[in-house]
Amino acid sequence: MDNNMKHTTTTNKLLIGSVMLLAALGLSGCGASGGGENGQVIVYNWGEYIDPETIEMFEEETGIEVVYDEFETNEIMYPKVESGAASYDVVCPSDYMISKMIANDMLAELDFDKLPNAKANIGAQYYEQARGFDPNNQYSVPYCWGTVGILYNKTMVEEPITSWSQLWDAKYADNILMQDSVRDAFMVAEKLNGFSMNTTDPQELETAKNSLIEQKPLVQAYVIDQVRDKMIGNEAAIGVIYSGEAIYTQRENPDLEYVIPEEGTNVWIDSWVILKDAPNKENAEKFIDFMCRGDIAVKNFEYITYSTPNEAARELIEDEDIRNSEIAFPDLSKYNHLETFVYLGEDGDALYNELWKEVKSN
Amino acid sequence: MKNAAKKIYIALIVLFLYAPIGTLMVLSFNASKTRAKWGGITFKWYGQLLHNDDILKAFGNTLLIALLSSVIATIIGTIACIAMSNMKKRTRMVMLGITNIPMLNADIVTGISLMLLFISFGFKFGLGTILLSHITFNIPYVILSVMPRMKQLNPSIYEAAQDLGASPVTAFFKVVFPDLLPGILSGFLMAFTMSLDDFIITHFTKGAGVDTLSTKIYTEVRKGIKPEMYALSTLIFVTVLVLLILVNVTPARHEKTAISGMSPDKS
Repeated sequence: MDNNMKHTTTTNKLLIGSVMLLAALGLSGCGASGGGENGQVIVYNWGEYIDPETIEMFEEETGIEVVYDEFETNEIMYPKVESGAASYDVVCPSDYMISKMIANDMLAELDFDKLPNAKANIGAQYYEQARGFDPNNQYSVPYCWGTVGILYNKTMVEEPITSWSQLWDAKYADNILMQDSVRDAFMVAEKLNGFSMNTTDPQELETAKNSLIEQKPLVQAYVIDQVRDKMIGNEAAIGVIYSGEAIYTQRENPDLEYVIPEEGTNVWIDSWVILKDAPNKENAEKFIDFMCRGDIAVKNFEYITYSTPNEAARELIEDEDIRNSEIAFPDLSKYNHLETFVYLGEDGDALYNELWKEVKSN
Repeated sequence: MKNAAKKIYIALIVLFLYAPIGTLMVLSFNASKTRAKWGGITFKWYGQLLHNDDILKAFGNTLLIALLSSVIATIIGTIACIAMSNMKKRTRMVMLGITNIPMLNADIVTGISLMLLFISFGFKFGLGTILLSHITFNIPYVILSVMPRMKQLNPSIYEAAQDLGASPVTAFFKVVFPDLLPGILSGFLMAFTMSLDDFIITHFTKGAGVDTLSTKIYTEVRKGIKPEMYALSTLIFVTVLVLLILVNVTPARHEKTAISGMSPDKS
């Protein structure tokens, strides 16, 4: 009987314990909405896309607690934001995703009177470029940008690389790296054929698809971030790469050279936006404006190494080579046919995916 | 000749299984950040790991969720097995089928449907929602490994214990439970590893600012995974290896002592 009692109490304790644990967890989940003395701001940004120190500085200066969350692709960010599973304030999507969010009425219009740093420090040419996806510059403040170009190894090519067409040169068979993503790969083929990279014309897309199929035997690999490591390791002669990676690869391997092809290319922009149903709109404005301050933006530039559209920050870059680098800060007016991705609608996306599947399975 | 072939075959299997982990362990000592260049041997990533609060916090969350979810799922799953074993055969088959379906379901479907469920109930997303979803997808694994044990049980033993004056609870803990224990333990371990591994369900059910290791690593993909992660993975691998060795060495001894301890009784 004694034994019996003991067992009953232990099982009871176990049960009660687990129930209490659950309750505690549930409560702690609810209690998280408190925040700092001036409330909080919930930020959703790319992974490794901010200097953590700047977040601490923001918290200290404003008394606003930052709840910081990260995503890895635009596509994985979108359903989370759309479903409202976690209510974010500030998000940093890319160009075409911003146009999709505008189309779906998910973004709040920005009040630039409350964003003095954004107004003063972000270069006019970047706002101009951003009109591609945010026609009236109402919804977004550019945060990072860059170009897509060709990275080549000077010791492994015979003539300077200047054109996308050289990615179709049989000389470099098995020495070419292409981007393994629909829009980036099609961008190259479309620019090669002189089309817009936002085209949805079936005829033009068919031509671009055929170009990609024609190129396929020459391509060593379709990769994304391995371009970086493979080029550093001299494993390929030419690769399509984002400019933000180019400076880093050059530092590791001085034989590498980056070029924006003469047929034009993609200028991508990742911008801050505020969500329409953001719970902390005022804090969100404060956060964006803080990130646009010159001394903060330069810290982030040095951490991320992707080009900053912030002119005040560029002035503060100490390394002269980087401040005047043609890779990090190309003069956009010198190049023709620069474009920025826009959202093509569901039909457009489906068409591209269909054609890309044909290329990959061919 | 045949023996040599056997050994080579085994060696090849082990090589292919462990080459990726080996590469990662080697890279965790690489002073250069890129895998393409060997910058000399360094322990700096291990040092930096200790100072990286984000990674450590994610690691803590991962362990906490894996432990809690597997313990709770084991309790619920075992109780479910007891209930099912007392059902009529047909109902039991139906119930087993129902609990098996979530295992076959694609993770992304489970993840999104849990997210939608949480939204419609107005849950606040955070550690709590991750825990709930991990318990949910862990229960079937526990049932899967406890149920066969349950079937092997002789129901008369339990009844005999009660005949001898044990209350149902005592009879369960003294008689049934020890027989179920291997199944419960393997169910617990399976649930623990499933929870440790999970990315996609966690991604959809986590709140802002809460990360587990898998979601943390995945966010680093765009900018390149930090060597600190290699260091952490190496540490985890070595810990698991040591634990496995310990676990596998001690029972062997136990068995021996058990057998030698039993023999006098038998004689």
